This record gives sequence, C-alpha cells and structure tokens, in this order.
Amino acid sequence: MTPKQLGSHLKKQLKKSFLSYTIENDEYVLTVKRTDIYHALHVLRDDPTCLFKQLSDITAVDWPERVSDRFDVVYHLLSMRHNKRIRVKISTDDATPVASVTDLFDAAHWAEREIFDMYGVLFEGNPDLRRILTDYGFEGHPLRKDFPLTGFKEVRYDSEKQAVVYDDVKLQQDYRNFDYESPWEALETVQLPGDEKGMTQKIGTIDYRKKAKETMKKIGSK
Amino acid sequence: MTQAHQPTSIQPDETIVTDEEHIKPYMLNFGPQHPAAHGVLRLILEMNGETVERADPHIGLLHRGTEKLIEHKTYTQALPYFDRLDYVAPMNQEHAFALGIEKLLGITAPERAQYIRVLFCELGRILNHILNITTYALDVGAITPALWGFEEREKGMEFYERVCGARLHANYFRPGGVRYDMPKGLAEDMWAWTETFPKCIEDLETLLTNNRIFKQRTVDIGKVSEEDAINWGFTGPMLRASGVPWDLRKSQPYEVYADMDFDVAVGKTGDCYARYLVRIEEMKQSLRIMRQCLNAMPGGDVLANDYKVTPPPRGEMKQSMEALIHHFKLYTEGFHVPAGETYTAVEAPKGEFGVYLIADGSNKPYKCHIRAPGFYHLSALDFMSKGHMLADTVAIIGSMDVVFGEIDR
Repeated sequence: MTPKQLGSHLKKQLKKSFLSYTIENDEYVLTVKRTDIYHALHVLRDDPTCLFKQLSDITAVDWPERVSDRFDVVYHLLSMRHNKRIRVKISTDDATPVASVTDLFDAAHWAEREIFDMYGVLFEGNPDLRRILTDYGFEGHPLRKDFPLTGFKEVRYDSEKQAVVYDDVKLQQDYRNFDYESPWEALETVQLPGDEKGMTQKIGTIDYRKKAKETMKKIGSK
Repeated sequence: MTQAHQPTSIQPDETIVTDEEHIKPYMLNFGPQHPAAHGVLRLILEMNGETVERADPHIGLLHRGTEKLIEHKTYTQALPYFDRLDYVAPMNQEHAFALGIEKLLGITAPERAQYIRVLFCELGRILNHILNITTYALDVGAITPALWGFEEREKGMEFYERVCGARLHANYFRPGGVRYDMPKGLAEDMWAWTETFPKCIEDLETLLTNNRIFKQRTVDIGKVSEEDAINWGFTGPMLRASGVPWDLRKSQPYEVYADMDFDVAVGKTGDCYARYLVRIEEMKQSLRIMRQCLNAMPGGDVLANDYKVTPPPRGEMKQSMEALIHHFKLYTEGFHVPAGETYTAVEAPKGEFGVYLIADGSNKPYKCHIRAPGFYHLSALDFMSKGHMLADTVAIIGSMDVVFGEIDR
C-alpha cells in the first residue's frame, strides 16, 4: 500500500475523527480529533492494513503562542508487519484531559506519566498518573516553554539542620541567554552589490541567488 | 488528581493469615544505593514473604533536564548531551541525533564517515553488552566475568580515545560526518583486536552459558511473550529474546548497514537466559560487521564539504578569510536547520533509540524528545517481576540492561 493509499484508507476508516494526513520527510503524520484519539489508535492497531502494534513513544509539544489548545500530544506507532511508522497528533490544553490509551498499549503507562509530569497534560483513564521524572514534591511542569531553564528551587545540604533543604534559586549572575543569531542577515528587499554570498541560496520558496542576479541586472540597467 | 509520592502502606491481606502464622506484607526499599540497582533506581517492593506482589520503580534520581537544556543550545552544543544519556555506548546516541539533523538539512555523510560511524556503533554495542553481561553475572553471583570482561572493555575504550580523544564522552559524530578521520594505525589495531576478542566471548561463555547456578538464576525468570514484548514497547535484545526478529539495522537500514552481512540473533524463550544468549550472539555479529567495515572502508573525506554546517579544515582557515568567517559563524551562531520535524531511530545496543526533533528554522531545536529504550523496559518491571522472588527481581533488572542516564534523561 502506498503512503497515499494509506491516507485515503485511514480517512475512510476514521470518518469524522480524521483531520489531516501528510507525508513529511517520508514520515506519515496523521492528525485526529482529540476526543477520538482512543478510537483512532484502536483502528491503527487492529486494522489489517495498518497493524501498528507497537507504541514507540508518546510526547507533547508546547506552543504557548497558540490562541487555544497550546499542547500537541504526539504518538509514534510502529507496524512491524508492514515496516512502517506513523505519527499521530492531537491538540489539547492544560485543563482538558486526553483519553488514556493504556488499555491498548501497555507502553503508554509511563509515557503518559512522563507527559503529565513534564507538560501537565492530563490523561483520563490512566490508573497511575503520578509524577515520574521530577523530584518528590516538585511543582510546575518543566518542559513548558514558560518554565525557566534554571527552575525555581535549588537543593542543598544544610549542615546545621543536618538535612537537605530546598531554597529558591539564587544565581550569582543572571542567566545569560546568548542570542547568537546574526543581526547581519542578508537584506531581503534590497540587494547590495557584492552581498550575494551572504544570502542563503534558498529559503522556503524564494531563490535568493536568482533574486540577486535580477537585482544586479536592474542596477546595471540604470 | 492525587500526586501520591509515597506509596500507601498495604493493608494486611486476610487470605494469607492463618491461626499459626501471621505473615505481614511489607514494603521493601530497594536502592537507590544498591549495587544491583544498576545506578540510581529506587524500587519500592511490596512483598508477601519472599514473593514480590508489586514493584514500583521510582526513577528520575538522575534527571538532568536534558531535553530542556537542548532547547536552549545550538545544534552543535546539544550534541554532547547525547553522550551523557546512555553513557555505556555514547556514540550510538549521537548517531540518532546526527541522523535526525542530517535528515532535516537534507545532507548525507560521506561514505567513509558512514563506515566509521557503523564501525564505532558496533564497537559501542560490544562495549555495552560486555558491561551488561558481566555486571548481570555479578548480580546473580559470578564475579570472574566482570574481571575478565572489563579488561577487554578497556581495550575498546582505548579505541574510542584514540579516535576522538575521550574514553566516554566522545562528541565524535557530527551532522555531516564524523569530527576527525581515524588516526594512522587505528584500523590495524582494531583488526587485531577483532581477532583476539572472540576468545574473550568464548571465555565468558565457558563461565556462564552452561553454568548450573547461572541457569538456575535465569532460566524461566521474567518470561515475556511475543505479544507482551511488543505491547510494552520492548525493543532491541529484550524484544528479540522474546522471539521477534526485529532489528532496525535490517528492517530500516541506515548508513551502510544495508551492505553488511550479519544475522539477527533471536531468542526462543523470552526469559532472562534468552536475553543473555541474544547479547552474546550480538557481540559476535557486531564483530563480523566491524571486520567488514575495516575491510571495505573507502578513502576520502569524513565530513561533508558544506561549510555552512561543518567547520572548514584548520589549514584552510590560516589561508582563507572566508573559511575563518565560516568557522567563527559556525561556532557562535551555529547553523540554521529548516523548519520541519522528524522521528529518527537507530538500533542502539539497548534497543530503539529515537530522537523526535522539531526545528523552527532557527539555530536551536524547538523541541527534542528522546525515546530511550530502557524507559519502556523498566516500565514493564512490575509486570515482569510480579509473583517472582526478590532475588529474581535482581536478575530481571540485570537482564533489562538499564542505564539511568537514558532513562532519567
């Protein structure tokens, strides 16, 4: 089955839950409705043309600038039978729970716990949704984009109290986020003679080398 | 939602209380400072006598926020973090990241670099399996394998050191190839080692394969069926020991694995003993691949000739202003990766090591999620050790080949 056929097959099978299907870098990306994720993964697992029997991985992505549904939850499935991988995406926010797929894949138990820990995405139906990677009593969700790299608490051993104590982070100097992005990017609107090399040949659909040549011609004709 | 950080105490089970005896179920803290915990695993075991009723691994004691840190670093700066995940086979991790970046950039490494990568990935696999098999034997009571195996492991580490300058944290695979060419004489020495190393495997096998105690501790312990192994997300030797012939090097070959002639070791029983046997066989197959690499290695560049991504040679920088500027730009600003996303997986010694990379067109990854094989193996510990004795749990953990660098990230 070609990738395109798989797409149309999935569209037929998933009906209303289906949102989009694209092929990116030879990888299949399927987007479905949040409410139907359990159904979609069930179809992907058991449909004879799919047979994505293994859940390789679940993760989330934070897009804070989005108006609603700031998180993407991304499932990676593997079909050993057809030697194919597929990426399934849904979007959610920090208050709306996502249906847990632990019934379908046992591998989801810890993967969902990790996402809950790191992003605060809730999974409805996961029997053991505790934090997993962070410290006991940790607050916040570290992989969110608005969580600072330095965190809020630091840990040290207090020899007077003879115990490990938690303090607010005190930095000797502020965290320096170096911005190495060059301010001298090639001009995109005006082409200066001799600056062609600074231009990347192609960004997106614009061919800058070609554009540069055209500008040179214009300058020459004047 | 409750965040229960401490497991609640168990109520005495009425069914096991008799008039004569009252066995109180109790909780056992196993680790994090326990030699058989293979690092910093804190395991809460709910025991019924000597039998495990529930195993609750508490992980994260080595959590360093690698994924968060990578989001704040350029691609070049992020690469060394991968050495620190599974620090037993560092180059295999770098490989996944480098391949992911290459996929997004649309470049490929020169052929010689691909051979060098495969050569050192297989060396990494052998180093990893030596460590696992010997410490595993140590867990179940055999000391000698560790003494013998570590001597060979040290020789392998020296090859690492000679090629990149570091025994452990290599930082050797770069997007577009490898950082340096192999020094003179290394290929010959590695070839000589591939001739002597089979003796070490043989010795380990003499000590363990038919050893009565070793078999009593491992045969029929922690059995996992084919379906369960797939369902729990098992990969690598853990999956193959359960009888699934699945190896990314064969099924989705990357680099020059397609040209290599090797067999995939598959176990029959899915128990701890099968996992040991699979690893032993994999070492032999890795040796085969290494020898093929050494034989067939072509000459030429080891780094793609694209100065927007790879640094120019030092000699050229002394002569050419342009090369100097490229070097400066590359080590300050780094290179920009076009927007896109990819999930790239390699067959690391422990299983499928995947990197889910989202690039937003800037010089830093927007997101980099690391799929660590050990994470999924350890998540099945409760399932695997239920009903086994306490000492069997140790054998199961040993056979899983857990390294907390990658599990905790």
